Amino acid sequence: MAVARTRCVCLIGVTGHVIDVEADVGNGLAGMHLIGMLDTALSEARDRVRSAVVNSHYAWPDARITVSLFPASLPKRGSTFDLAIAVALLAAAGLVPRARAADSFFLGELGLDGSLRTVRGVLPSVLAAVGAGAGTVVVPARNGPEARLVPGVTVIPVSTLGELVGWLRSGDPINLPTLTDHLFGEPAPGTSDDPGSEPGEGTDPSSGPGRPGDGPTGFPTGLSARLSAGPDILRTPNDGGSEAPAPDLCDVAGQPFARRALEVCAAGGHNLWMLGPPGTGKTMLAERLPTLLPALDRDEALEVTAIHSVAGTLPADRPLLERPPFMAPHHTATIAAIVGGGSGTIRPGAVSLAHKGVLFMDEAPEFPTNVLDALRQPLESGQVTVSRALGSVTFPARFMLVLAANPCPCAQRTRPEEPCRCTPAARRRYLARLSGPLLDRIDVKVSVMRATRRELFADRRFIESSRVVAERVLLARERAAKRFAGTPWRCNAEVPTGALHSEYRLPAKAMTPLLGCLDNGVLSARGLDRVLRVAWSLADLKGRGRPGVEETNAALGLWLGEER
Amino acid sequence: MAAKDELGRHGEQIAVGYLLRNGMQILDRNWRCPDGEIDVLARDGRALVVVEVKTRSGRTHGTALEAVNRAKLVRLRGLAVQWLSMQRERFESVRIDVVALERFAGDFAIRHERGVC
Repeated sequence: MAVARTRCVCLIGVTGHVIDVEADVGNGLAGMHLIGMLDTALSEARDRVRSAVVNSHYAWPDARITVSLFPASLPKRGSTFDLAIAVALLAAAGLVPRARAADSFFLGELGLDGSLRTVRGVLPSVLAAVGAGAGTVVVPARNGPEARLVPGVTVIPVSTLGELVGWLRSGDPINLPTLTDHLFGEPAPGTSDDPGSEPGEGTDPSSGPGRPGDGPTGFPTGLSARLSAGPDILRTPNDGGSEAPAPDLCDVAGQPFARRALEVCAAGGHNLWMLGPPGTGKTMLAERLPTLLPALDRDEALEVTAIHSVAGTLPADRPLLERPPFMAPHHTATIAAIVGGGSGTIRPGAVSLAHKGVLFMDEAPEFPTNVLDALRQPLESGQVTVSRALGSVTFPARFMLVLAANPCPCAQRTRPEEPCRCTPAARRRYLARLSGPLLDRIDVKVSVMRATRRELFADRRFIESSRVVAERVLLARERAAKRFAGTPWRCNAEVPTGALHSEYRLPAKAMTPLLGCLDNGVLSARGLDRVLRVAWSLADLKGRGRPGVEETNAALGLWLGEER
Repeated sequence: MAAKDELGRHGEQIAVGYLLRNGMQILDRNWRCPDGEIDVLARDGRALVVVEVKTRSGRTHGTALEAVNRAKLVRLRGLAVQWLSMQRERFESVRIDVVALERFAGDFAIRHERGVC
């Protein structure tokens, strides 16, 4: 009886579960049996592993082979287990040392020729492996950069099964390009409230920031460092190549009020709703919101990257998403596409892909009502739970929602003196598709009106680039972060209602305009909280210690919208 | 006789010799009926042993042992029932063995798997 054991990770949502893979090569009729709640892709591992082993010129054991994946009660899907199965089997057959096979975690899908193919979700898998005490993780070569983002583990990128077996036999890590954690410098505690510290200060000497040509090294800590990231800060994850000019806020002329609203939203992480006729720049404004947001810090970047890794949307050249993501689903998107779902593997939807970033819904009234209302839960809780026959999966989904809408379905060119051709009933019906409870969760509502020629050209003189505004936003966020030191909150939008009315209670004078609206029913209790949060963001932008009556009035104006 | 049939015949001869040396008593060889053929029937103590002999001239087309699959074993069980129905003798148990022979460098490697089904 020869039994060998190794380990792998099974992903459910973005949570990794450690799977023990046991192989038994023993007497009986020759054949391979795979057990342990497998789906079709995993059952097919039998044929893939066999071909890969034979074509890598290793003798296939002429014996009864049983491979079992534990815990047996957990349904397992996908092809990530191929490599672990192959290694366990080779170890059981005595072709590689058993102790070495048991040491490491193995992730990867095998090609018939013994090559290793890339898999999804390597980052969360490696995170789970490290959580389970892994010292070494073997991943497909092309997933290497992604796996290396995880600190505290030796990552061994491998391109063929033969290469891996050679390494396991020799035990010589120098043969392979192993890389330990070096991507980030030691993250300074309290990153954002310490603008004076030098980037990379206090990194350990072996992995200093001075490594040449090795991508981002130290994570910039201070304000100047973050902004000196150059054009990178203006790059959204979706715009791909760097040839295309990055969108910049100064492209949107004639909308000073909307630009200001965008800045407030960026400073506090608030939701935004823009109403206006076509061609006034709603889409352009929304697309430029990510350029105002500060870069993600290390933990956030890992969290966001893990979600995109599971979804398989990670760009190959940039393993770590350092910029807030921007998702703009089309209005034909289904609920499953927005909140997540899928019959087999449960995949994250647009709300989770926009985690820590921006979810932009252009032509919001064109979205099905049920899709819009499905946003209500993630907007409140910052996470979304998807339940399917296989079980429930919770994905993080703390995003900034930006809605844009035309005032009516006809979308005619409207001059102020000539109203559009829609009947009042049609107009009302159109906007009524956005339910009250949803709009109640929108902190800032602005009308984006058509600018006159005079406004357009006058505004060009005052227009600011994204870089300038991003600097103000970052300062505001740092003020907020200083206030939130010791709490899990990062921006004003995340402050729970209890804290708003206790620690961050405003003086009675500042509250007066809000209390009036509360009394006459204009503001709901939730609306009051949202106005207060925006007021804090306004104060942060101005550099005030706490909002006064001026800020609460302005926030109330933003919450109500000019006209609706 | 085709080369493969000759190889099979030769392999069965070696297998029978091996089984006899292991204390089994051969009851029948190449028993045929319309549903198929049992290579060797033997008595091992008080058990009836239905033996499938598989001979391969090399491993280019897979091993001899793995060529005996589940469908083949199911068929052998059916044949064993038919054979037993024509016998007076009663056996305590019936089992199916596989004897796999592979030719290496002019000689044969033999493997005997007992009670595979």
